[in-house]
Order: sequence, then structure tokens, then C-alpha cells
Amino acid sequence: MTYARWAAALAAVVLALVVQVSLFPHVAWHGIVPNLCLLVVVAAALTVEAPFALLLGFAAGLTLDLAPPADHVAGRWALALTIAAFLAGRVRQDVKPTALAVVGTVAAASFVATSVFALSGVLLSDPAMSIAGLLEVVLVAVVWDVLLTPFVLPPLMRLFARLSPQWVAP
Amino acid sequence: MGALSNHDGRERRWKGLDRLESRRAPRSLLVALLLASATLITLDASGGEDSPLEPVRRVVGEAFGPAESAAAAAVRPFTAVPAWFRSKGDLADRVRDLEASNAELRGEVQLAGFDRNRLEQYDGLTTAASDLGSALVPARVVALGSRQSQSFTVTIDAGSEAGVGPDMTVVNNDGLVGRVLRVTRTTATVLLVIDPDSTVGGRVGSSMEIGFVTGSGSLDQESGLDLRLVDGASVPARDDTVVTWGSTTGPYAPGVPIGTITEVYSSLREATQRAVVKPFVDFSSLDVVGIMVPSGTDSDRAIIEADGSLR
Repeated sequence: MTYARWAAALAAVVLALVVQVSLFPHVAWHGIVPNLCLLVVVAAALTVEAPFALLLGFAAGLTLDLAPPADHVAGRWALALTIAAFLAGRVRQDVKPTALAVVGTVAAASFVATSVFALSGVLLSDPAMSIAGLLEVVLVAVVWDVLLTPFVLPPLMRLFARLSPQWVAP
Repeated sequence: MGALSNHDGRERRWKGLDRLESRRAPRSLLVALLLASATLITLDASGGEDSPLEPVRRVVGEAFGPAESAAAAAVRPFTAVPAWFRSKGDLADRVRDLEASNAELRGEVQLAGFDRNRLEQYDGLTTAASDLGSALVPARVVALGSRQSQSFTVTIDAGSEAGVGPDMTVVNNDGLVGRVLRVTRTTATVLLVIDPDSTVGGRVGSSMEIGFVTGSGSLDQESGLDLRLVDGASVPARDDTVVTWGSTTGPYAPGVPIGTITEVYSSLREATQRAVVKPFVDFSSLDVVGIMVPSGTDSDRAIIEADGSLR
């Protein structure tokens, strides 16, 4: 079951990444696209146990860091998505999350992940960017992620829940 | 009965608590993953050009390159849909051809001042000869980096099999696009000139003054690039054309049009002239690009020689 879950999760990450870099730039707003890999990680963090979600966050971040056309310092998305997975995993888990809770978690995770990535860039002065520019990017990214939540999160959460029956809400 | 349901309730609650406990992230795993990320960042940031992660990037690129090319090919018919509503297919073709020739003519006009100066300096012949030594490998943009990732890079569907290598100049029919950062067998990653990390040697067409063109980190064409002249005393003129002054061995081939100067600021404190350059290339709608390769390069596709012939 774990293997099937890992395979499904990694396939979802790969698909999310390819769609994110090849399809969404055509509809991007000033080059800002929805972060589908983050949505996959949040879906896992809301449905399955925390260690799996943390590892998936790290793996998804690493893929974002290394797959072309990425050229920033590797490890920055891995850091951001691990933290996002940890925070999303802290959401009260003994009940099935409501739609509002899911949207709220996505917004918070997106805000935190994009900010952590941006701040790590400031610290490393990877590209020197203005704070106003960073804020615009972070806020638009949150809006994008929330807009896509109704289409991406429910099927993914159902998939993860089916592949890990011990965690299905009673 | 009551006792039974009470017992049941307690059982469920205990189960719930149990689950809650095991769903808590183990701190050790979190710390381990955060440290792993920090290690990766340190390795990559201190490694620079020959970072230990370059081979990993290459391997991941080999795997993702074909997937991105396939996805882009699948998406392309749909991105073309808006064009159908504007005109019929053949009309769209004609418009594209006319636009291409228009861009070519505009480029010639914009380069007129530069060419005149070059001839005056008697280096026209040598540069022309070195220009003849290069050919173009056509490629399409298959993936774009997101603004969240803060770098302006794209993936193109031509790699080492097509004769593309690192540091080659990438152009389209409007002007300079960027340079190749790294290649896989079937794809290459291109750093666009609007990236804040990108610096291109630029030359002002009418005065031949040299300077450095840096990306401003914006897709907005109006605020595209920053030009700083080496000679602080010379003032660049508005509407002047900026071309590259690189060498044939360096990353940027010489004489490729970059953009026009739209605004000039002089800073008394720094004693330099800063100009805003509007790039000729519209980076938000990049599609077909050409990579400048040495003439006679082996390639898996037809390459365009300097005289316009296909080979």
C-alpha cells in the first residue's frame, strides 16, 4: 500500500510540475503561475500521516529545484515545501477538513511557501529583488493557488485517502 | 445499553487521540529534512559553476525534458485557438510571414547607424566574416520558469543532439533572447536577458559607446533592461539602438540587436549614466527561437545557415 501511495504521489508531482511549466505559462499573470506541486503536497498533508507528507514535500520541492527550466540555488523549494507540508499537517486531523478549512490551509501554505522561497532568495541574494516585487508575487501566487483548489484538491485528497485506508475519516 | 455506547464513545475517542498522536510530524524528521535542504542550498550556492548538483540537474533534465516537450506539443494546438478567431489559417500564415519580414526590415533600419559606424572603423569586413561563421538551430520554447521561482529561464526543445552547447547565443527574429545555461540530450535551459542575474555587454549603435545591459526582473517590455555605460561622460540618446558587443568565443555573439533606449537617467553621485532599454523581444510570448551555432555543426534537424539556406 505504501509503495502504491508513493508511486501515486510522485506521479502526481511529476504531472503537476509538467503542467505548471508547460501549460500554465500561457495563462500566467505577469509570469506568475499556480504552484500545483504545492497543492499536491497540501492534499497529502491533509489526508495522510505527517511523515509521508513531509517527505513528499521535500521530494516535490527538490523536483521543482532541479527540473528544467529551474536555475535558482537548489534546495530552496525543498525547504519551502517541507515547511508548508509541516504546517498543513498541523491542521486538526481528527475530523475530515471542511471545504473552508481546505481553502484556508492552501492559502496559508501557499503564502508561507512562496514567502520562505522569496526570503531565502533575499538571504542568498540569489537574484536581488525588491520587497514590493516579492509581495506582489506572493499575493498573486496565493490567489492562483486558492482559485485552483476546488479543481485539484478534492480528487487528490480522495486518491490519497483511498490509498491509505487506515487514515480515512470514520 | 447506555454503558455500551459510553464504552464505544470512549473507544472512538481513544482511537482518535491515538491517530492524532501518530499524525503529528516527528520533530526529528522535520529537522532532518530542513537540514538536508540547508545542506543542498549550501552545496549549490558555494559550488557555483561546477556545483555537485549540476550532474543531478542534468539527469533530472533528461527525464523531464521529453515530458515537457510532449506537453508543450499537446498544448500548442489549443494556444493557437485564439488566432483562428482573428483570421483564417492562410491569412494567419501570411500575417506571420509579413511580420517576420517586417521584423527583419526593422532590424536592418535599427542597425543602420551601427553598421555605418562599424564600416567607418574598418572592422565591418572582419565582423561580417565572423558572422558568416555561424548558423541557427531552430527550436521552440516548451517550458517557462514561474515568477515565484524568481529566475527568468525557459526550456527549449533542442539539446546536445541538435548541436547546442552551453553559453551559446539565443535569438529570435526580433533580437537577443538570452544564452544557453545547460543542455540535456533533447532540451536546453536558456537564461533570458531580462533575468536580474543576466549581464550582457551592450554597445550604443550611434555612438559606439560600450556598457553593460542588466535584466530588471520584469516581463513588462517597457521596463525591460538597464544599461550602464562604461564611460560616464557620454550620454546615450533616446531611441538609440543597443546591440551586443560580445566576442565570438564569449557567451554573446556580437552585433545582435537588444533593444532601444527609452529613458536616460544620470546619477551625479555615481558619475554614471543609466538608461532604460526596451527589448525588441516580447518575452511574454516567446515561441520560436534560434540558437547560434558554429557553421557546419552536426544536428538532428535542419539548421539555417547564415545565407538563409537550410541544411
